[in-house]
Amino acid sequence: MTLSDRAVAALKKELGSGVLEVESFRGETTVVLDREAIVRACEILRDTPELGFNRLASLTAVDYWPDEPRFSVIYQVFSIPHGQYLGLRIPLQGADAELPTIESVYLNANWFEREVYDMFGILFEGHSDLRRLIMPKDWEGHPLRKDYPLGYEEIQFSFNFDEIDRRKRYAKE
Amino acid sequence: MGVEQKLGRLGIVTTTLEKVVNWSRTRAMWPMLFGLACCAIEMMAAQASDYDMSRFGMELMRATPRQSDLMIVAGRVTRKMAPVLRRLYDQMPEPKWVVAMGDCASCGGIFNNYAIVQGVDEIVPVDVFVSGCPPRPEALIHGILTLRDKVMAEKIQDWS
Repeated sequence: MTLSDRAVAALKKELGSGVLEVESFRGETTVVLDREAIVRACEILRDTPELGFNRLASLTAVDYWPDEPRFSVIYQVFSIPHGQYLGLRIPLQGADAELPTIESVYLNANWFEREVYDMFGILFEGHSDLRRLIMPKDWEGHPLRKDYPLGYEEIQFSFNFDEIDRRKRYAKE
Repeated sequence: MGVEQKLGRLGIVTTTLEKVVNWSRTRAMWPMLFGLACCAIEMMAAQASDYDMSRFGMELMRATPRQSDLMIVAGRVTRKMAPVLRRLYDQMPEPKWVVAMGDCASCGGIFNNYAIVQGVDEIVPVDVFVSGCPPRPEALIHGILTLRDKVMAEKIQDWS
């Protein structure tokens, strides 16, 4: 029985219906969880001595717009004693992109969650300091959402040079 | 030439104030040490021994805007960096000049998206644009010599 099998068994035993699905792809195991179960799941993975997933390696999100559930928040936890990874995934509806923070379990989730909030606009309930991390603080919108415009600017060629030049903003001395 | 011809027995040089001031400004123009992206590597190469920008008296990079006359915007400027760039420009003492080095600083380059300023002339007034991605050190030196010609042609009534 491998480490990820043991982890999945422990999660299923403790959480019951909180575990929605278990995915396996090329030797990587990902547990799909209900969002209410994430804090407990992280506590189990960290605190069970024979699992020892004591490090949050990454926390990110994917936007599958226009499909629903639109967002997936993805956690990768690493077990330093065993040298193995385990993935956790939480599907979220676009209209209700909110889930509990895991800051209380893994402290470094603080900045990861701020980044996910900044780029995707997913809210983390109970986060101690949910500010933008990368974009300027007065920025509008969340750039990694698939429906966010790229902000393309028209290119000046000889035929439209004057027209664009007229409305382009130039700096004052 | 001028100097030898005009140097009479009395050891007096006659010239115009404009010329003297412009000469002194161009021969010791200190750029600000401010690299933003890959263009900064070429900027360093322009000062290293192969190209040696100090031949033109412009080698002394100052790490503070308060001691520099020339701002070389070497690289792409993000919207988050833009207020910082403008603030550094405002801290430079008059007279000051700006060289937009490379395509990104000049017009956004390949980064035509929401995060990058499409040309730093939206933020600071630019004197010389240097094209290239990144420009070779020769191109940067050419840009600086173009700026030197521009400064040498400045008129006394334009000084503020």
